[in-house]
Amino acid sequence: MTFLAELFGEYWEPVQTLTWTLVKIVAIVLPLMIAVAYLTLAERKVIGYMQVRIGPNRVGYWGLLQPIADGLKLLFKEIILPTASNKGLFFLGPILAIAPAFAAWAVIPFDATMVLADIDAGLLYILAMTSVAVYGVIIAGWASNSKYAFLGSLRSAAQIVSYEIAMGFTLVGVLMCANSLNLGKIVLGQTGGFWHWYFIPLFPLFVVYFISAVAETNRAPFDVAEGESEIVAGFHVEYSGMGFAVFFLAEYANMILVSMLAALMFLGGWLSPVPFIPDSFLWLLAKVAFLLFLFLWFRATFPRYRYDQIMRLGWKIFIPITLVWIVFVGAMMQTSLGYLFH
Amino acid sequence: MDSICRCNDANLTRLFIPLIMLNSIKNTLGSLMLWELLKGMALTGRYFFARKITIQYPEERTPQSNRFRGLHALRRYPNGEERCIACKLCEAVCPAMAITIESEQREDNTRRTTRYDIDLTKCIFCGLCEESCPVDSIVETRIFDYHGEQRGDLLYTKEMLLAVGDKYEKQIADDRAQDKNYR
Repeated sequence: MTFLAELFGEYWEPVQTLTWTLVKIVAIVLPLMIAVAYLTLAERKVIGYMQVRIGPNRVGYWGLLQPIADGLKLLFKEIILPTASNKGLFFLGPILAIAPAFAAWAVIPFDATMVLADIDAGLLYILAMTSVAVYGVIIAGWASNSKYAFLGSLRSAAQIVSYEIAMGFTLVGVLMCANSLNLGKIVLGQTGGFWHWYFIPLFPLFVVYFISAVAETNRAPFDVAEGESEIVAGFHVEYSGMGFAVFFLAEYANMILVSMLAALMFLGGWLSPVPFIPDSFLWLLAKVAFLLFLFLWFRATFPRYRYDQIMRLGWKIFIPITLVWIVFVGAMMQTSLGYLFH
Repeated sequence: MDSICRCNDANLTRLFIPLIMLNSIKNTLGSLMLWELLKGMALTGRYFFARKITIQYPEERTPQSNRFRGLHALRRYPNGEERCIACKLCEAVCPAMAITIESEQREDNTRRTTRYDIDLTKCIFCGLCEESCPVDSIVETRIFDYHGEQRGDLLYTKEMLLAVGDKYEKQIADDRAQDKNYR
């Protein structure tokens, strides 16, 4: 240690901070990658079970090594660069898709003290990050120079942008209740048992948030951006090997992220549902797991929305509902029943 | 009585307007409650716990009919003499023209094949060869999971077909015996 301190001299202090931050980043991203890998297995298992099949069960016991086999396969596959593609942007696409999906995790509080960056505008930061993700999709579709990819990216862009508005409005409801944009404070605002969690006073917003989250992540039944039956695979049709894997990773990382947000903002984060059981990180895990299960359940149940129906749902139903409920919450806060909304 | 008779269409429609409105309110509320979506999820949720019907193939197999039409075989009589008399009916009937036969007269004056090839990449497994055979020589067995690793591996020659027949004769004979009464 002292040797290192002497080596870096006056830079020792920043180097130390940098290393420590890097360690923390790895401590978040590595479990996240593992979670993504096993979410793919869970998806195949859950959908299989709902289709009266048993899903993958050959690689490892109960198929537990399947994600690793899939990952290795994609790693060793050739990366094909389409001749007509724009090479720089073609590689930038997947990077832009995955970077925000990981970067947003910086402000997620896993516990009252476990948070990488405890910033006051956490919620805004996350909104900004999830908005950047759409560029990955657009650039990928544009750079591929393929009509399917282009159509997919156009659909995805329009969809993500329209649902972002409804999603943003639901978050307005949350921050009205919590009086804070800091995610940790939002969770602490829900202390005192599950009847204090925000999903009860904000139930319509919770439902709208979760459905918008499904649309934001381009998951079934809002997966027109992929639309394998119409436009083959949408924006990532030209990607192979690791390029495809990165998009895949980003999609699932985003799913986990929006589920995590829903758990933090509406379901009390790491707080336990009843006061006499201690709060724990495990509660957060359980809530996120349940929400992710809902994602898979939706995919096993609903057929894909028609494109114009998606737009109608986003603009003409969700945005009015959220606006009305925000006004309602605001009005109720001024009455003697206001304590119900804090 | 009078009042009923005076009910013309316009009046009837007016009578139903509140009902129609009620219905549309009910529909709007129902779709806001996501009622039908929840019903769908309840269905898939039930199937999540249902007994799985997957057959785990190499370990488990689905039951087969004794008329199953799989890999071909050439049979022999119990004394070891091959049944095929090179009448070439199978070659003639084969719709995919997958069978090639050449024949000659043997020293004991019987006619036998010198060549009996089935190109399994052409064969459509219709079973007409088996139907046409007057001496039950060419048959289709229950074997369906065979493979070739090189080009030409699926061109089965007389020796290969006879070998299949020798190996599975008991199964072939049993299947034919079971099916005899229905032919």
